[in-house]
Amino acid sequence: MTATSAVKPPLLEVEDLRVHFETDDGTVRAVDGISYTLERGQTLGIVGESGSGKSVSSLTVMGLTRSRNARISGSVRFDGKELLSASDDEIRSIRGDDVAMIFQDPLSSLHPFYKVGWQIAEAVRAHREVSKAQAWDRAVEMLGLVGMPEPRRRADSYPHEFSGGMRQRAMIAMALANDPKLLIADEPTTALDVTVQAQILELIERLQREFDTAVVVITHDLGVVAEMADEIAVMYAGRIVERASADTIFTAPQHPYTWGLLSSIPRLDTPRDEQLVPIPGRPPSLIQLPTGCSFHPRCPYVQEAHRRIDPQLQPVAGERDHVVACLLEQDVRRRLWRELQSGAAPSAAREDVIEGDAA
Amino acid sequence: MAAYIVRRLVWVVFLLFMITLITFVIFSVLPSGDPAVLRAGRQPSPQLIATIRHELGLDKSKPVQFIDYLGDILPFLGHNGVDFGYSYQNSEPVLPAILTRLPNTIFLTAGAVILWLLVAIPVGVISAIKTGSWLDRLFMTLALIFVSAPVYFLGLVVLYLFANDIGVIHLLPGNSAYTNAHGFFQKAKALIMPWCVLAASFAAIYARFLRGNLIDTMQEDYIRTARAKGLSERRVIFRHAVRAAITPIVTLLGLDIGLLLGGAILTETVFNIQGIGRFAYQAITDSDLPVIQGTVLFGAFFIVIMSLIVDILYAFIDPRVRY
Repeated sequence: MTATSAVKPPLLEVEDLRVHFETDDGTVRAVDGISYTLERGQTLGIVGESGSGKSVSSLTVMGLTRSRNARISGSVRFDGKELLSASDDEIRSIRGDDVAMIFQDPLSSLHPFYKVGWQIAEAVRAHREVSKAQAWDRAVEMLGLVGMPEPRRRADSYPHEFSGGMRQRAMIAMALANDPKLLIADEPTTALDVTVQAQILELIERLQREFDTAVVVITHDLGVVAEMADEIAVMYAGRIVERASADTIFTAPQHPYTWGLLSSIPRLDTPRDEQLVPIPGRPPSLIQLPTGCSFHPRCPYVQEAHRRIDPQLQPVAGERDHVVACLLEQDVRRRLWRELQSGAAPSAAREDVIEGDAA
Repeated sequence: MAAYIVRRLVWVVFLLFMITLITFVIFSVLPSGDPAVLRAGRQPSPQLIATIRHELGLDKSKPVQFIDYLGDILPFLGHNGVDFGYSYQNSEPVLPAILTRLPNTIFLTAGAVILWLLVAIPVGVISAIKTGSWLDRLFMTLALIFVSAPVYFLGLVVLYLFANDIGVIHLLPGNSAYTNAHGFFQKAKALIMPWCVLAASFAAIYARFLRGNLIDTMQEDYIRTARAKGLSERRVIFRHAVRAAITPIVTLLGLDIGLLLGGAILTETVFNIQGIGRFAYQAITDSDLPVIQGTVLFGAFFIVIMSLIVDILYAFIDPRVRY
C-alpha cells in the first residue's frame, strides 16, 4: 500500500469475521473467519451457493444480524471505524446513510401499505434534517435518476403497482438517496427476468460511477459479477476459499469449487454439445461441517489427507492478490485447470493428473 | 367500488331472507311448544285455544304464515308498514321492544370494545416484541385463562367477589344494577363489571392474535428494509410492523361488534341487563316466535352490515385491495 493509505484507511476492512448462531440443533457456523478489504469506488463480488454465509456476512456489516443467539467476533472497520463494537445507535446512524443495502426480492422488501415516494422520503428523513416536502422532492429526483419514467407520478404509487424491475429500481433509489459510500447488493437480480437483470446491473454500475460508491455484490451467479466486479471472493461453508481479481477468477482460478461454479454456467461461446458440469452433492450443514477441507465430500480431486487437514488461505505463488484455500499442490491445480479448459471431465482430469503422477 | 357495494347489498338482502326462512323453519315448522297453548294459560278449553290460534294466524298453512310475516316486516309491502308482530307472551309489539333495548346493548358493546382494544393492543405488541420474556409468558398465561373461562363462569365469580350486595368485597354495582341506574354515570358505573367480563375473553383472543401476527410480520423482508434504512427500532415496530400486523384485526373487530350488537346473550343474562341478548334468551325460553324472529333478524342484520363495512374499510386500509 502507498503512503496515502496510512492517512486514509480502506473503506471497508473485514478481518476474521465470525458469525455463529446458537440454535436448538447446535451452533450454526454461518460465517467462520472471513477477511477482505474494499477500497472506495471499488466493487467486490461475493459468490457462493445458498447457505455459504455470503448474505449473513453482509448483514453483519450492517449490524442486522445482532440478536440474542448470535455470536459475532472479529473486526469490521468502515472508514476506519469499528462497527462490531459500535452501539446500536451508532450503527443505526451509519445504516442507510453511509452504508445502504438492496435485497433480492423487491416486492417483499418494500412495505405494501406505503407509497414508494413515502418510503424513499422516510429513508432521507431518517438521516437528514429536511422537511417532508424536501424529502419527497429528493425521492422524486432519485426515482428519475434510476430511470423511472414520470417519477413524480410514480412516487405517488404503491409497490404492487410496479413491475419487478421497477420495484428494484425503487429499492436502488431508496438505497442511494443518502449518497452512501458503500452499497451492499444482496442477490439484486435473482428475482428478476433475465432481460431486466442486465438493465439493473447496468444501472448499479452507472450510479456507482456517478456517486463514486463502493459496491459489494452478493450472488450465486458468477455471470452477474463477471462484468462489474473488480475483485471476487468465492465463499464455501462460511469461509472464503478463493479470492482474486475478477479476471483471474475467470482465467486462472485455483480452487476446485471455483472450477465447479465456472463449469456450471452456460456459455454462448462454446459448442452447444458441451455439457454443463454441475457440482455433485449439496452444500454441507453449517452445524456439522465436514472434517478437514469442508469441500472434500464434493471435491472430484479429494485425497486422503484432505479429510483431516483444514486448508488455510495461502497466496498463490507468482500472482499478486490471489489467495486460495486448497490442499492440492499448486502445480497440480494448474495442470487440472488446463485439462478442464481443454474440455476434459473432472474424472478424466483427475485420472490424467493425480493418478498419472502416482503411477 | 359503487358496483361492488350494490352487489354486496343485494347479497345482504338475500342472506337476511335466508336467515328469516331458516329461523321460521326451526321455530315454527319443526315441533316446539304450541304457542297457542302457552298463551292460553292453565287448563284452557279447546275453543279458547282455537280462538287464540286464529288470532295469531296459526291456523293458516305454514307457507302462508311465512309470506304474511315477510309482508309485515317489509316496508311498502303487506298492509301495515314495518311490523315485526306481537309477542305471544304479553302482546308487546316486537319492533319497539327491540328498539328500546338496543341502546343498552350498544352501550355494553361499545364500552367492552374500547376496553378490550386498550388492553389487547399493548399486550399483543409487548408480547410479540419481547417474545419469550417473563412478561410475554405472564401475558399469554393470563390470556389462556381468559380465553378458556366462559362468561357465565367469569361473570358469577366476579359478582361473588366484587358485587356491592352479595360480594366478598363490596366494590361495584352488581346484578340488575344497570336496570335500576339512572343517568349516564350511574349506568356506566353499573356496567364496569359487565364490560370487564365481556371484554376479558375478547382481549385475550385479540392479544394472542396480534402477537402471532406481529411475530410473523417482524420476519418480513420489508422490516429488514426498514431497519436497513437506519430507522429507529420504535419506528420500525410501530410504523412498519404494527401497521401491517393490525390490519387483519379490523376484520375480526367488525364481525365481533356485529355479533355483540345482536345481543351479548350471556353477559346480559348474567348481569340482568335488558338488552337484545337478554330479550332473545327470554323469547327462546318462552317459545315466543315473533320475538325470536325479530331478535335473530336484528342480530343477522348487524353481522351482515358490519362485514360489509369491514370489506369497504379494507380498501382504505390496504392499498392492494381494489373492488
